[in-house]
Parts: sequence; structure tokens; C-alpha cells
Amino acid sequence: MSKTLNERTILVCRGSGCNSMNALGINSTLKNLIQDLNLSDYLKIKLTGCQGFCQFGPQLIIKPDNVLYVKLKTKDIEEIVESHLIGNNIVERLLYEDPTSGKRIRNMDEILFYKEQMPILRKYCGRINPEDINEYIHVGGYLSLKKALEDMNPEEVITEIKNSGLRGRGGAGFLTGQKWWACRNAIGLPKYLIANGDEGDPGAFMDRSLLEADPHSVIEGMIIAAYAIGANYGYIYVRAEYPLAIKRLEIALNQARKENLLGKNILNYELDFDIILKKGAGAFVCGEETALMAAITGKRGMPRPRPPYPSTSGVWDKPTNINNVKTYAYIPRIIKNGSNWFNSIGSENASGTFVVALTGKINNSGLVEVPMGTKINKLVFEIGGGIPNGKKFKAVQIGGPSGGCIPEELSDTKMDYESITSLGSIMGSGGFIVLDEDTCMVELAHYFIAFTQDESCGKCVPCRIGTKRMLDLLTDIREGKANLTDLDSLEKLAKIVKKTSLCGLGQTAPNPVLTTLKYFRDEYEAHIVEKSCPALVCKNLISFLIDKNTCTGCEICKNSCPSKAITGIAKESHLINSDLCVRCEICFNLCPYNSISKVPKYRING
Amino acid sequence: MTQEILNEINGEEKSKIKEILKIYENERGNVISILQKIQETYQYLPSNVLFYISKRLNISPAEIFGVATFYTQFKFKKMGKNSLICCDGTACHVNGSPILLSFVENELGIKSGEITENKMFSIESVACLGCCAISPVCVINGQIYGDLTLKRFRTILKNLMKNQNI
Repeated sequence: MSKTLNERTILVCRGSGCNSMNALGINSTLKNLIQDLNLSDYLKIKLTGCQGFCQFGPQLIIKPDNVLYVKLKTKDIEEIVESHLIGNNIVERLLYEDPTSGKRIRNMDEILFYKEQMPILRKYCGRINPEDINEYIHVGGYLSLKKALEDMNPEEVITEIKNSGLRGRGGAGFLTGQKWWACRNAIGLPKYLIANGDEGDPGAFMDRSLLEADPHSVIEGMIIAAYAIGANYGYIYVRAEYPLAIKRLEIALNQARKENLLGKNILNYELDFDIILKKGAGAFVCGEETALMAAITGKRGMPRPRPPYPSTSGVWDKPTNINNVKTYAYIPRIIKNGSNWFNSIGSENASGTFVVALTGKINNSGLVEVPMGTKINKLVFEIGGGIPNGKKFKAVQIGGPSGGCIPEELSDTKMDYESITSLGSIMGSGGFIVLDEDTCMVELAHYFIAFTQDESCGKCVPCRIGTKRMLDLLTDIREGKANLTDLDSLEKLAKIVKKTSLCGLGQTAPNPVLTTLKYFRDEYEAHIVEKSCPALVCKNLISFLIDKNTCTGCEICKNSCPSKAITGIAKESHLINSDLCVRCEICFNLCPYNSISKVPKYRING
Repeated sequence: MTQEILNEINGEEKSKIKEILKIYENERGNVISILQKIQETYQYLPSNVLFYISKRLNISPAEIFGVATFYTQFKFKKMGKNSLICCDGTACHVNGSPILLSFVENELGIKSGEITENKMFSIESVACLGCCAISPVCVINGQIYGDLTLKRFRTILKNLMKNQNI
């Protein structure tokens, strides 16, 4: 048997997504089986960070075959070992199935989700063990730092970054090289670096994945930045909600200290730099740089007016350079391959790649890295595999609560800073939520304003009171209590909040409202004039009906109705009392025969 | 009143808190880290402990409470024995998280942010757990459940109640 046995490496994804779906069980089953069969000489298991295709977790990749197995259960492992790893027969039923062709795909590079990507930032994510610095070093890690220290002076490093055209990946898109110059030239010592990993946008998880899968890239980027700027202290600020990212960062920082990559006289050069990990305690506004700095110094995370900018007066009132964690992780790649290489990727005003978290009503959900300038419809229909259940693509929400909704008719738009901004949204940190015909745009706008209103720190009036009043107006519209003048007030108010708020939170909070008003005004008007919700979402404007012909009288709906609105005798069709019904949708979701449907309310009440 | 609250902390607890303060060098810049450690220890922030650290760090109680109430991570009452967290991030929201939340609220007879009278369950709704690709997501006693449908969620809850003999 052992004669035909090939040496293989099995990459088991241990990102947060797969972990939650029992990746640990998969891993231990595999480990035990390999040990029991005495195959450890041939089959190596490697734990990796997120492989990106989170929706299909838990998953593993078999190298060198390049086979991806998805949605695994522990009982599938034996079959993979016996059939594939011993017998060389791929287990077809555990392969990814293309949603369009229905074909099982053997070579993972042929899967559209992976095929159309260009991993630069995520190059090592899901390929190396994030808890072992040697694996990072093995793929060329920390060579860029050596190159910078040996062959370049600090000015040359900054020039290289500036020439690469790298722009901040936190959302605003400021030129990174320019920011570094400002901090380098600022008077005052010591200087500080901050890596912003306070990924508070609901719907975004690329920073988390990067920190979990490849923490050393961020650390290496920060050390290079420290050398270029002349900083001695660094902070990485990560949400406390990301325990795995924090654990892996702590491991990585300790390993880097042992290798003299952090601390005094780094690699025997005249460079002293160390990094402190700070856990954010949960406040969306702390993504704003001045608020984040307040949080790092142990205060309430409230923003302050700028100038002075952090580059001249930041944390502890000292010059501070603050970048998103992704921005730092690009640095080693640029130093290694040169600014021309990076500049050759992407579109005219935005070089390189960007990472989006493709989620919502989409077949292939996960993390995707593509060149700047990739079109929206390519992300939705090629990489994302289209909309599930034959539903119609309606819009995409980009940039979280600070971003906006871009409708289907504009899906030919290129994704880069200027193009997306011109449509009223922002690139943001990369949330990309696909919406289908079942999404009510008024409800979505209400959802985002409820979020920003809750997260508003309360320092400035426009944001504190303006978002509250916007929320009240949106609530009225959703409940069918508004008139058309309210719609004008909403728009006017949104523009005022945008113009007059102190920080980025308030200045961008109206974007979800303004974009939906711009592209989906008819939906707002339907709520107001016809008192109907076209997507059948807003509770006050819909009713539920039981189809007499298909209802079997199984009583599941009746027994689960919290307001006792459903009546009927067993084995006979049931009836919903619309006056008692609270529109919780529980019956609608539990009915085994799909006999319950949503209808516009006025159709029943006449 | 301060004295009264301070009296409630016994010597053993005091040394436990001093230990935490020592890790963070009694440094006021580390207030958030200190509060996180206190919450890790007690599962919430007891007010007598906050008064005590305010005295030790020489920061006014108002400032300590100001910081603590600003951040959503910090709790001021003990959560239920079983903690249910429903994610209402955007991806979860468009994939039906509001229905899951209203279902569990109905089942337990409490609203999000509340604790059942018998202290067995508490429900929280949070903005995003970063598990968007497997939305909608709930976290029950630290375990993440993804790709939930109401049917699956109902079964999970039933099993949980069965295990608690309810």
C-alpha cells in the first residue's frame, strides 16, 4: 500500500468561520485517523487561518492536488482519508458545486470564486500557520524588513510607498506615503504608530481574517513604517469581539520579540520599536482616528476637531501615524516587489488590490481580493456566483453604515475610491452586502440610521439630534404614518447632518438614506402614498394569509403563535386574525407546507 | 456612600483587584484594559469594585463610570446563566436575524438586554460578530451557530432548555 502513497499536506482552515462550524472536530478526527493508520510520514496536517470561502466551512485543501473539500462533517473525514489520500480517488460529493452549471469542481483554482481573485494581501492567508513565525519566514516573511534596513534609508522607503500609489485601506483613501512624510517631518518625540483594527462596520470581517490568518504581515509592515517614520512605539487596536485575532496577535508579537524583530536594536540595526496590543471595548465611533486615540489613552472614545492632525499631535499629544491594519500589511509586499509592480495593478487613481467581504443574498459568500477597478457585477455574478433561489439582484450596499446602496442598473461601475464616492457611497473598509428583491430599502435605511444613532457619541448636535430625528422620520415612513413633506424634511435633514457633523461618523451617517432616496425614491413614496411596502417587509404595512388549499391543519403555526392570532381545528385549514397578529413572521418561517404568504395589508382591509 | 460601598469588598477581593491593577501598572491610561480584566473576573462591573479602583487610581468615580458606560462591552449587571447573543449585523439582518431575535424574545418572555427572572437566560443583540459569511449567526454560551433558519434555531433552543431541565 505504502508504495503508491503520495506525500500530501492537508490545510485545515481554522479561521473563525470554520471554527464555529466545528473545524476543531474535523482537525482532531483527521489527526487521530492519520496516527491510527500510521501515515504520519506521508500526510502532514497544517492549521491555517481563514481560506476565504467562509460560507462553505468547515473546509480543507489538499496539496499538491489542489482539491478543496467543503461543508465537512467529522464523519466525512474517514472517506477522504481512505478514498483520496490512500486510494487517490477524489471524493466527488464533498467538492464545491458550481451554482450555475451544477458541476463539482476538482481543482480549486477552477472555482470562479478563487479563479478571478488576485491575492496580494491575502496571499498567505489560509496557506500558512499563523501561530508559527517560521512558516511566515519560510515564505519570505521579514525579508522586506531586512531589505528596507539594509538597502534603503527611511526617506527612500517613504518615497517607494508614495510612488506605489498605496492609499489607506480604512476607507477614506488618503495617500499613505504622504501621511508618513507628514509624521516623519513633524516635531516632537517619541513618535507613535497605530494600526487600526477596530473593524466596527457591521458586515465587514476582512481585518479580523487578516489578523487571524497572517498577523506577521501587519507586524512587519509596522516595523518598516517605524523605521521610515522614526517611531518607537506602536499600538494595534483590535475589537475585543475578536478573541482569536487577539490570541494570534499576542503569539505573533511574542515570537517577533524572541527573534529580535521587536524591541531594542532590531536585527542589530539602530531601531528600537515595540508594539502594544489594545483591545477595543466596542464603540463604532472609535474607528475614527481621533476617537481611537482617546480610547487608547483610556478615555471615552470621543472625536475632536482636526487640525491638529494626528501626524503632528496624536496619541499622548505626540506625532502619530495611524493606518488600517490592511494598509500596513501591504507594505512588505510593496517593498519586496517595488512600487512599479504595485502601481501596475488596479485602476488609474487607485493602485493595487482591495478586499471585500462578499455577503448577503449571494451564492458564494466570503472574502475576496480583486484589483482596484473591478466592476460590481463581476463581484456579484462571477465571483459571487449570483443571487440564490432565483431571486432578482436589487442593489449592493457598500461601506457599511457610512456607505450607501448602489442599484442594479449601476452595477457596471468600477470599484475604486472616486467612482464609488461619485455615486454617493464610500469604499469604506470593504463591506459588500448584496441585496435582492426581498430587501426593503426603507427598512435598510432605518436599520443603518438606528445603528449610527445608537453609536453617535453625542458630542456634536447635528449627529446626536439629527440622526435621532432622521430615525423618527424613517420610523413614521415605515409605519405608514408619514406624508410627502416628511420625505423632503428627511432629505434636507440628511444633508445638514452630513455637512455639519464633527467627525466622519456623522458626516457619513446620512449616506444610506441619501443613496436610497436617490435610487429608490419610489419605494419611499409607496410607503407614504399607497401605505404599502413593495418588498413586504415593513410590519405595519403587511398581513399574513394562510392558503386554504395547501394548509393541512398540522397546528404548528397555531402552537407557535405568540399572540394567539391563529385559530383552527386539527387537520382543517387554519385562519389568521389580522387584528391580533403581531407580524413576527414565526408562522411564516415554520410552516412545513409553505402555506403562509405575506400580502400587502390594504388588500385585506380594503 | 462611598465608604458604605467600599465596606462590601472583603480583603480577598481587594487583593484580587490590586493584582489586576498591578498588571496594568496602576496606570490611568490603562483604565479600559483594567475594566476588561475586572469584567473577565466578575462577568460584569460591580459598582463597589469601580469605586474601589477609582480610589486606587486616583480618578473620580464619575470618570470611571463615564468610560465604562461609553463602551458597549461593559455590563453593569450579571448576565443570565445561559447567554444568548443574536447578531444583527447587516449581513445577518438581511438574512433574517430580526425574526430569530423576536422568536427568542417571545420564547423567554424578555427583551434583548434583559435577564429572565430565574437568572437562567439573558439575551443580547449585537451589531456584528464578523461571521457574516455564515449569517444569520447567534452565539449561545460562547458557541457560534451559523446559517440559522428559524426551524434550526428552535431546535437548538429546545435542546438547550431540555439540558437545563426547563
